[in-house]
Amino acid sequence: MFGNDAELNMGGLKMKVSITVNGKTHDGDVEPRTLLVHYIREAVGLTGTNVGCDTSSCGACTIHMNGEAVKSCTILAVQADGASVTTIEGLAKDGVMHPMQTAFMENHGLQCGYCTPGMVMAAIGLLNENPKPTEEEVRLGLEGNLCRCTGYHNIVKSVLAAASAK
Amino acid sequence: MTITENKPSKIIGTRLLRREDPPLLTGEAKFTNDLNIPGALHLSVLRSPFAHAKIKSIDVSAALKIAGVIAVYTGKDLQSAWAAPMPCAWPVTTDMKNPPHYPLASDKVNYVGDGVAAVLATNETASRDALDAIDVEYEPLKAVVDLEDALSDKNVIHKDLGTNKSYTWPLLVEETPGCVEEAFKKAKYKVKERYVQQRLIPMAMEPRAIAAVPQPFGGDITLYSSTQIPHILKVMTALTLGIPEQQVRVVAPSVGGGFGSKLDVYAEELLCMALARKHNTPVRWVEERTENTQATIQGRGQIQHVELAADEKGKITAVRVRIIGDMGAYLQLVTPGVPILGAFLYAGVYDIPKAYDFSCTSVFTNLTPTDAYRGAGRPEATYAIEMAIEALAREMKIDSFELRKRNYIKKEQFPYTAFSGLTYDSGDHLLAAEKAAKMTDLAGVRAQQKKQNVPGATKLLGVGMSSYFEMCGLAPSRVLASLNYSAGGWEAATVRVLPTNKVQVITGTSPHGQGHETSWAMIASEKLGVAPEDVDVLHSDTAISALGLDTYGSRSLPVGGVAIALACDKVIEKAKLIAAHQLECAVEDLQFVNSTFSVKGSPDRALPLAAIAFGAFTAHNLPDGCEPNLEAQVSYDPPNFSWPFGTHMCVVEVDTETGAVKILKYIAVDDCGNQINPLIVEGQVHGGVVQGIAQALFEEAVYDSDGNLKSSNLAEYLVPAASDVPSITTGHTVTPSPTNQLGVKGIGEAGTIGAAPTVMTAIIDALSGLGVTSMAMPASPQTVWKTIQEATRGGKK
Repeated sequence: MFGNDAELNMGGLKMKVSITVNGKTHDGDVEPRTLLVHYIREAVGLTGTNVGCDTSSCGACTIHMNGEAVKSCTILAVQADGASVTTIEGLAKDGVMHPMQTAFMENHGLQCGYCTPGMVMAAIGLLNENPKPTEEEVRLGLEGNLCRCTGYHNIVKSVLAAASAK
Repeated sequence: MTITENKPSKIIGTRLLRREDPPLLTGEAKFTNDLNIPGALHLSVLRSPFAHAKIKSIDVSAALKIAGVIAVYTGKDLQSAWAAPMPCAWPVTTDMKNPPHYPLASDKVNYVGDGVAAVLATNETASRDALDAIDVEYEPLKAVVDLEDALSDKNVIHKDLGTNKSYTWPLLVEETPGCVEEAFKKAKYKVKERYVQQRLIPMAMEPRAIAAVPQPFGGDITLYSSTQIPHILKVMTALTLGIPEQQVRVVAPSVGGGFGSKLDVYAEELLCMALARKHNTPVRWVEERTENTQATIQGRGQIQHVELAADEKGKITAVRVRIIGDMGAYLQLVTPGVPILGAFLYAGVYDIPKAYDFSCTSVFTNLTPTDAYRGAGRPEATYAIEMAIEALAREMKIDSFELRKRNYIKKEQFPYTAFSGLTYDSGDHLLAAEKAAKMTDLAGVRAQQKKQNVPGATKLLGVGMSSYFEMCGLAPSRVLASLNYSAGGWEAATVRVLPTNKVQVITGTSPHGQGHETSWAMIASEKLGVAPEDVDVLHSDTAISALGLDTYGSRSLPVGGVAIALACDKVIEKAKLIAAHQLECAVEDLQFVNSTFSVKGSPDRALPLAAIAFGAFTAHNLPDGCEPNLEAQVSYDPPNFSWPFGTHMCVVEVDTETGAVKILKYIAVDDCGNQINPLIVEGQVHGGVVQGIAQALFEEAVYDSDGNLKSSNLAEYLVPAASDVPSITTGHTVTPSPTNQLGVKGIGEAGTIGAAPTVMTAIIDALSGLGVTSMAMPASPQTVWKTIQEATRGGKK
């Protein structure tokens, strides 16, 4: 994607960013081509946000930026300068999981768990926009997040359960 | 002996929530690429852009100048690193052709994605940048892409073999010589069908990732890999690299799905290990999705010719099958065995005489190697027989469900010795099918269909079904020996009661989404009478679980789970000896109820398991000759395959103007015997069904005539999203397996096996009024629309 940017890597051109991740501000220098997902995983050291593709298709890297669910592979770290980011690690409070996480557990909405962090973040984003979705709205709302294990049946059930518990 | 008979289950059969979930849901779980390994060098692999080409020269000088690049290796540079070629563990025939296959190609590349050079750099960015700086001069050769073209040997890929044919594997079973031919001559009805099983990309959501960590002075090496098979990988990498086996430790951390694609020994695993040893430093690699589609194995890839002969009632009298199997460029771990796993199932769930003529010829192509993908041979076989049954019903002008009923193996025939000599242990196909029909409201749907599918209608209703048998839980080792498989089919388990009455279960299975920790804890809990949360389940690290044959082929529960139950039995036997000694009674006077040993008839003379466990630990008062500690190890070789079965039905609406197929209802009735945890069973069915629907409607590894993969990423390869698939209605019947004490059968692959033919028969049913009798997979809107056009134009002539 940034095939000709090798010289940027070589020249050591870096830019300063300040990004708040799960309530804690991280100041650092990044290469301009660094994706937000790589910044979160490598610079901040939070590996719950996963990478499943290189075409922004799978949604495994979905996080919240300024309260909105976004795929963190579609954003450069420099674009997130000054932003507030929540990752999957930031959901549980005081050792208690977020209701969406609990809904996924109670409804067997995950198997291997690789798509799960992104799926949970996307599902929370979906309910923020549409607190009482129909099954069809849940399915459409999650179409940017791929899962290979569950066939989506229990993911949809989880999201509907979380919505009705609200 | 049998749990279900002797006492009511307390834990087994409950919908216990998965203990795996909290770490996965909170980002705490570590997948291989999440591991922090200081000082690790990053490996990147330069891959061939040509399907078939000679390597004329490789210039790595520019790559070496890139900051951070430590070394670049070509195939020639590493030739001395390998003690043996990459392994194929299933030489299905003694004369099978198997071209030498090394982690990097040296003289010639044989598929797009074949490794050509390896870069080591201090960071991933530099190692990937360096790939662009390597200059390879290729001399392109004609690519062999089509299976029938491959078979013609016009262009031979591996010159030293002299042919593209790897093997021909026949299975001819005749009551009397020539009876198959005779049956076809005498048959009142015959069908002759050709089906294409398109290539599929398994597409586990976690791309493969590897880290090899050497301890140069300790002499050992640890391989972290996103693998389904840590135990097999340990032996195979040791042999391929020429390292003593005891010096290799393999760990599979959290693994993000496999579906067969991580049931392999891959070039990158060997490269990481070899280079980690060479540089005395950890080496890691992570796959990009585009590499995953090209350099991780693909599945399916068969052309099937199927013929059925039937008498005037539609009773099948003979089956003839000819398969061409697509091996791809090389044989991976079990590549040649995949069509053979299906070879016994082309009679499906039907009672046929000894008149079965199967033969599979497998060929090399200039495409990514194939290997086991969810179902491996059995979805292909089930698809063929179920589609052929539909064709036979059309030929006879009778309802296909009625035809199935005339041919089902009947409940009273079990255990049923099949034409092949295999024993199907249990089943009730009619019961499952009738349940599916009831849940579908088959009569109601048929009535609606009559109303809706009138001339000129553009939204046509169709009902499809398939009944399947899955031969899984691979398998009795002796049977595997007869199929030339290089390993056994047993599984190992250790059960240990700790001094505080907590339990450790160590299993040789290696889960990657199946919830083994939860289910195995339930088995031990049930047997020992302890709470499931008091049972820890350890797995997927060869330093902890030394023995095992890992997870694939729906084997984990019917082999690995049963091994745990047997190990618990052994623990109870030992505890009973200690209890008898301490209670001063005869062993046979003791009973074990509610986790307590008590003297029959004198309930106050009792000792709980907790006391025995502590007593075994202190060893202060044990019977003579009794070893301290309460633990037992079992290696369990099952006496038979496991035979889950079921019937799936679905209702589709096909839009004849757009070719779009909408699944209105999907019913899956599966029988996997007793269910340990129905929550997990249903999850396996949901996921399996959607992978089968995906084969029917969406997915195909599309290659052009030069062997370029045109669907090499998730934007082009259509893994269905939530909005593409329906909810699945699951039902089940319970026919316990008589071959193991838990009465269980596998369930991992059933959904995938049942689904593709269910959807395809529904589409054809919807369009039957238009004269459509066949449909290629995937039935994309374009394919459906074109097929309708061809059928209706043909009809009007």
